Amino acid sequence: MTGYVIRRLAILPLTLFVVSFFTFAIARYGPGDPVTIAAGQVRDPEVLERIRHERGLDGTIFEQYQRWAVRALEGDFGESFIQRGYSVRELVVPKMIVSAQLNVLSIVFVFVIGVPLGMLAAWFQGKWIDPLIISSLLFLSAIPVLVILPPIQWLLAVRFHIIPVGGWGGLIDIYWIAGVIAVPIPNPHLYLPLIVLTVPGFSGVARLVRITALQVAREDYVRTARAKGLTETTVALRHVLPNAMLPLVTAIGLSLAGIVEGSYFTETLLGIPGIGAFTFESVRSRDYDVILATTLIVAVFFIVMNLLTDLAYARIDPRVRLGASNLS
Amino acid sequence: MTIAAPAAAHSPAEVAASRGSVALFWERLRKKKLAMMSLVVIVLIYGGGILAPVIAPYSYTQQNIDQALQGPSRAHPLGTDRLGRDMLSRALYSARTTLVVSVAVLVSGSLIIGNGLGLIAGYRGGWVDNTIMRVGEVFSSLPGLPMLILVNAALSPRVDEFAKWAGRLPGGGGVVHDFASYISIFAALSLFFWVGTARYVRSLVLQLRERDFILAAQALGASTPRILVRHLLPNIAFIVVLQLSATLGSVAGTEVALTWFGVGVQPPTPSFGAMIYDGSGTRTFQAYPHLLLVPGIFVSLLLFAFALLGDAINDVIRER
Repeated sequence: MTGYVIRRLAILPLTLFVVSFFTFAIARYGPGDPVTIAAGQVRDPEVLERIRHERGLDGTIFEQYQRWAVRALEGDFGESFIQRGYSVRELVVPKMIVSAQLNVLSIVFVFVIGVPLGMLAAWFQGKWIDPLIISSLLFLSAIPVLVILPPIQWLLAVRFHIIPVGGWGGLIDIYWIAGVIAVPIPNPHLYLPLIVLTVPGFSGVARLVRITALQVAREDYVRTARAKGLTETTVALRHVLPNAMLPLVTAIGLSLAGIVEGSYFTETLLGIPGIGAFTFESVRSRDYDVILATTLIVAVFFIVMNLLTDLAYARIDPRVRLGASNLS
Repeated sequence: MTIAAPAAAHSPAEVAASRGSVALFWERLRKKKLAMMSLVVIVLIYGGGILAPVIAPYSYTQQNIDQALQGPSRAHPLGTDRLGRDMLSRALYSARTTLVVSVAVLVSGSLIIGNGLGLIAGYRGGWVDNTIMRVGEVFSSLPGLPMLILVNAALSPRVDEFAKWAGRLPGGGGVVHDFASYISIFAALSLFFWVGTARYVRSLVLQLRERDFILAAQALGASTPRILVRHLLPNIAFIVVLQLSATLGSVAGTEVALTWFGVGVQPPTPSFGAMIYDGSGTRTFQAYPHLLLVPGIFVSLLLFAFALLGDAINDVIRER
């Protein structure tokens, strides 16, 4: 186990270096000279040179990267080229908080809904309920977020006024009964993004749980449990379910990837002030330092999550780390 | 976008047998009704894309402001968009774009880069294998969509300049221009789609390289490239192509997503992503639902068909 952890941790700095250099170089080769943009009307070569130096944009790409990386490690990602006077950090941090809340909530719902659905499908294997659940889940997850969102938004918000059209109001809303008693309720702004972000995820989780549950159900220990005279429900909940949960650890990473990618479209379409919508605006306005920072933040988050799920899986299932030396 | 994980490992005998089993595979797949229906849907949509210049009733750029934003009618079976362009024609040409991009990505990213690196890594082993697989690990640990957005945001204006320049060339400029409008998206996608194939090919090669016919070839003094191309490749080609066809859907979906974001295929080249973006406001959807529904239904059908077909293909590969 220790060897495996060390091996995985050893490539972490390398990965981070490659990713950050790669993203940095790409962003620098984008069109438009940031210095000329920052200078505005001024075209005096001396002034341009000074700005170039202040922004750390002189010298070779390697020197630029070195300066940028040192600052970035301290949390300083420079200044936005479009929203003048704001540092990238000031702009990004509040958006990260919003996105993080939404994504964490989504991942919780993905598993809370997906696991029972998968177990249900496995329970009814061979009956019509199983293929119905599985094929409708497959269909739901095949429709891209960017296609399904506007119709749902129109139906629930415009046609039936059940939920707000878009926006963000935090997680908890206060509902006043007769203007006196305050009852905390989930913020209605949450429903729409949660529906859209969790459907593809829990479809995948449900299908995975179903397959593993059916495999586990054929194991000897399950037959033993039945032979002891335990009820089907006890067998399903106490013997099949815990063992079917094992591969789900790997699904955390994948679902999270789906949710983060879905956030780009969901946040943009619903006007939620998160990382996804912000990246969209920055791409449209070609604000490269912001794109660079948001991409890197998401990339680092991904890499760390992947590492954690792999380590967790290796901890649970010894075959992973034992086989790692000749298969990795 | 999910880069497909390689399927479960196969026994060497099965891999070797796969070469002559095209017919057997087809027999098995034909029994799956859903897979066949999906195949028909894919062939219809992509066939429409291939034949777009022949069957599309209008040009995809032909505007007619007088007839803008009309619903379905006899003259325009799927209605018209904001500029009065025929939606059916635009959808057909968008299918063509998706087809070109996904095939180009599969050929360059998966078949050439992925297959080549997988073959070399599996056959040579040692530090070559380690380097290739570590690089693959770096790429696969990256979030696909954000990286693609960054790559495309930075590259596509450059490529665009090149395309405009190429468009002014005398003679064959038009062809170069068409090609250039796809190039940044498919180059960026290829960067991320080779890893899955490389891993899969490597695992297949690892099982084959100790077999007698490879040892015999080595003993006869065959060069490494010859062993790779003449002895290993034919034995895994069919199963690799199968595996790849199961991932076509995710390439198509990513193309649509990137274009929606404004960093994929650039106008005037039509794409489902741009069409969906144009129709996606709530008020727009309320007033002119066909703007979203036409491209949305095409894309959803295509992706659903790919998902079903991919599942069926993976099932057939796994059947012993």
